[in-house]
Amino acid sequence: MQTQNQQIKSHRLANGMTIVGEIMPWLESAAFSFSVPAGCQFDPEGKEGLANFVCEMVQRGCGKLNSREYIERLEWLGVDYSSSASVYHTHFSGAMPAANLYEAFEVYHDVFRNPIIPESQLEEGRMVCYQEIRSIEDDLAQRVMLQLRKRQYGDPRGRWSQGSMESVASLTQDDVREFFNRYYQPDGLILSVAGNIDWDQLVGRTEALFADWKAVPVGSIEDKGSIVGSLHIPFDSQQSHIAIACPCAAYSDPDYFLARGSIGVLSDGMSSRLFRELREKRGLCYTVFASLHSVLNQACMVAYVGTSSERAQESLDALVEQLLELEKGVEEEELDRLKVQIRSSLVLQQESSRSRAGSIAGDWFHLGRARTLGEVTGLISDLSAEKLNEYVRANPLRNFNLVTLGPEPLELKHGIPSASAG
Amino acid sequence: MEYRQHRLDNGLEILAECNPGAHALACGFFVRTGARDETPEVGGVSHFLEHMVFKGTPNRSADQVNRELDEMGSHSNARTGEESTIYHATVLPDFQSRIVEVLADIMRPSLREDDFETEKKVIIEEIKMYDDQPPYGGHERIMAEFYGSHPLGQSVLGTVDTVTDLTPTRMNEYFQQRYSPGNISLAAAGNVDFEQLIADAEAFCGSWESFPAQRDFQPVTPRSGFVTMHKPESTQQYLIQLAAGPSSQDEDRFAARVLTTILGDDSGSRMYWEFLDSGLAEAAGMGNYEYDGTGLIMTFVCCAPEQAQDNLARVKKLQGQAVIERVTQKELEQAKRKISSHIILSSERTESRMFSVGSQWLKNNDFKTPGEIAAIYEAVTLEQVNAIAEKFPLVENMTLCVGPEAELFAPA
Repeated sequence: MQTQNQQIKSHRLANGMTIVGEIMPWLESAAFSFSVPAGCQFDPEGKEGLANFVCEMVQRGCGKLNSREYIERLEWLGVDYSSSASVYHTHFSGAMPAANLYEAFEVYHDVFRNPIIPESQLEEGRMVCYQEIRSIEDDLAQRVMLQLRKRQYGDPRGRWSQGSMESVASLTQDDVREFFNRYYQPDGLILSVAGNIDWDQLVGRTEALFADWKAVPVGSIEDKGSIVGSLHIPFDSQQSHIAIACPCAAYSDPDYFLARGSIGVLSDGMSSRLFRELREKRGLCYTVFASLHSVLNQACMVAYVGTSSERAQESLDALVEQLLELEKGVEEEELDRLKVQIRSSLVLQQESSRSRAGSIAGDWFHLGRARTLGEVTGLISDLSAEKLNEYVRANPLRNFNLVTLGPEPLELKHGIPSASAG
Repeated sequence: MEYRQHRLDNGLEILAECNPGAHALACGFFVRTGARDETPEVGGVSHFLEHMVFKGTPNRSADQVNRELDEMGSHSNARTGEESTIYHATVLPDFQSRIVEVLADIMRPSLREDDFETEKKVIIEEIKMYDDQPPYGGHERIMAEFYGSHPLGQSVLGTVDTVTDLTPTRMNEYFQQRYSPGNISLAAAGNVDFEQLIADAEAFCGSWESFPAQRDFQPVTPRSGFVTMHKPESTQQYLIQLAAGPSSQDEDRFAARVLTTILGDDSGSRMYWEFLDSGLAEAAGMGNYEYDGTGLIMTFVCCAPEQAQDNLARVKKLQGQAVIERVTQKELEQAKRKISSHIILSSERTESRMFSVGSQWLKNNDFKTPGEIAAIYEAVTLEQVNAIAEKFPLVENMTLCVGPEAELFAPA
């Protein structure tokens, strides 16, 4: 099965693995991302952090390469590589001179099919996972965001992949092996590639490497509900970190670009409302933003402001005021500016194989297909102030979830429609 | 791809790497001024001025500046460092003249009093934000310890006190000393119409009055020592070391970068195997910082507090071994492959090409293409790399430890 258009092509292997590729002949590089359907949603209770631990352990040698030779091989090929676990996938990504792409694939073939998973390095791997958990503790803004996502999406969608010190301490070699055997499989795997590639060669080489990989049926994980109400994390910091979320249209929703447009008016660019009102006019903060975030068909708007503790309540109130104000509508010229900005960002994506490989992988996961830049540009051009205003009136931002970190707890003013009320 | 250059009568240098096939165009004003050009009383003025530049001119209000930049869909920003302040934007090629006009206009800001007081609050928030982030002011502290009274030891952001004390008059004085067209260059890259760029620069910047803006070079005497900053709220311990390294002008800088790639790259380096593969640290590495007339090599490790003392000893051993157990041919080849791939990947972005054009001029009055730079790295020999390890001994350094561990000491 093959579909094609100007830029993006896809191909599904018989074992359920999908290749989605964007051909960018003006570049010298190529970038790839293997999204293996082995996300932390499958971490058993009490063993949170397992997917992330497995991701670490499968990269400690594979095939004929020991752990040192594995890294040396990738570096020799000029691969700027990374890996991480998310809720639904474990991602193995890289960018490099395009000529070396398939040699890199051979290495990743061995990571997925023949990893050594050396028991002798289990403790080193565990230490690496501990370090990741500890580093989050020192990133205050990230801590707030992670807590907010956890509460907004519930389990497993709101999970972070690192687990806790206790859960990671309990993981065994058998846990790692078992998780690998069960979830590292091709059905649902998305391989996205962008850059200076030949499509037929990409399909041929991928088929040759991965066609004999057998799919393993995997059951789905049940979603548990979200947690409502405010959370405050007491911390002796200079600034208070304030994050607020509410439900919004998901990326796969036909109304997504209307939601995207409305949040863009709030937060895209230096003339956007949050920047102008909170920072430029009132000097309340250095950082303030709002953005959309989707996990499959569930999504939320997340807004953040970091500000001195003594002005934290004032900043939260000002932020919420702007969020509520949105339902009164947007100006034509606000939308016009936003459209130019988004179009410009889309053009700039064409300079980066890495950015396109990431975008088409995300599209495939959320939509089962990848939107071309032309298609997205069209959707953006179609937005009108009239349609947007109709949308924001019908879908006002409501049911807020608040997470704060700082010396003093903060509260949503009386009458603000918070999630705890619902 | 064509490199072009032109100088206006008032001294403003215009530089561009013109690539008619590029999707975008990036341009920026590179001002040769930063924290090292400040007196201690006005600490942070370069950075504060960078913010004020966006707050309007005799022709535009702050709101108008922001609106116009957004109307072009520009990706615009600014940054201030120890010795440069850069105002830049990336746009679609159609907007070339308009973006040059706006950027040129804001380079002659009004510095209005009410904007100044509002922006002061934003800067103080920025200072507090960084105070909450690792290494909690450690960077400023170690620069001050390493450079002593030399201006390179001055904080880019300044402190809450120095920023609070600043006035528009003092800022204007600083502006009048540093923002001479001869101290500024306009760099561009991507789909640039160079003739138009000259014409626009002439129209929008030609009237800027020229005056002398020399950098005051004081002799640098880097200091060594061991300092601890106790930060009980922190989870991790942060270890930072600064040692002398090549300057922006020093031909050794290429070989030095190869050496630190071998020793301290975030993947596959000696530090990677010692600290990251083993899980002894969350982050560990080395970086080269080249300044006008001097330079430094930074070594850093972030780890659990209980591991910090042992890691300090491991860092020292690894740095010492760099001299005793020479770099091998295999390590050299591996590092060159990595650097070459990095050059290819980064040169695909128009914005990073503009930074390369502008920064090379700012630092060295020079331009080399990515291919020429790659060739220089390719020609680096084992002897050169090993000579760097001896010439710039990493063990002779200023060390700063920040975190919950209050009692750490220099390893024997």
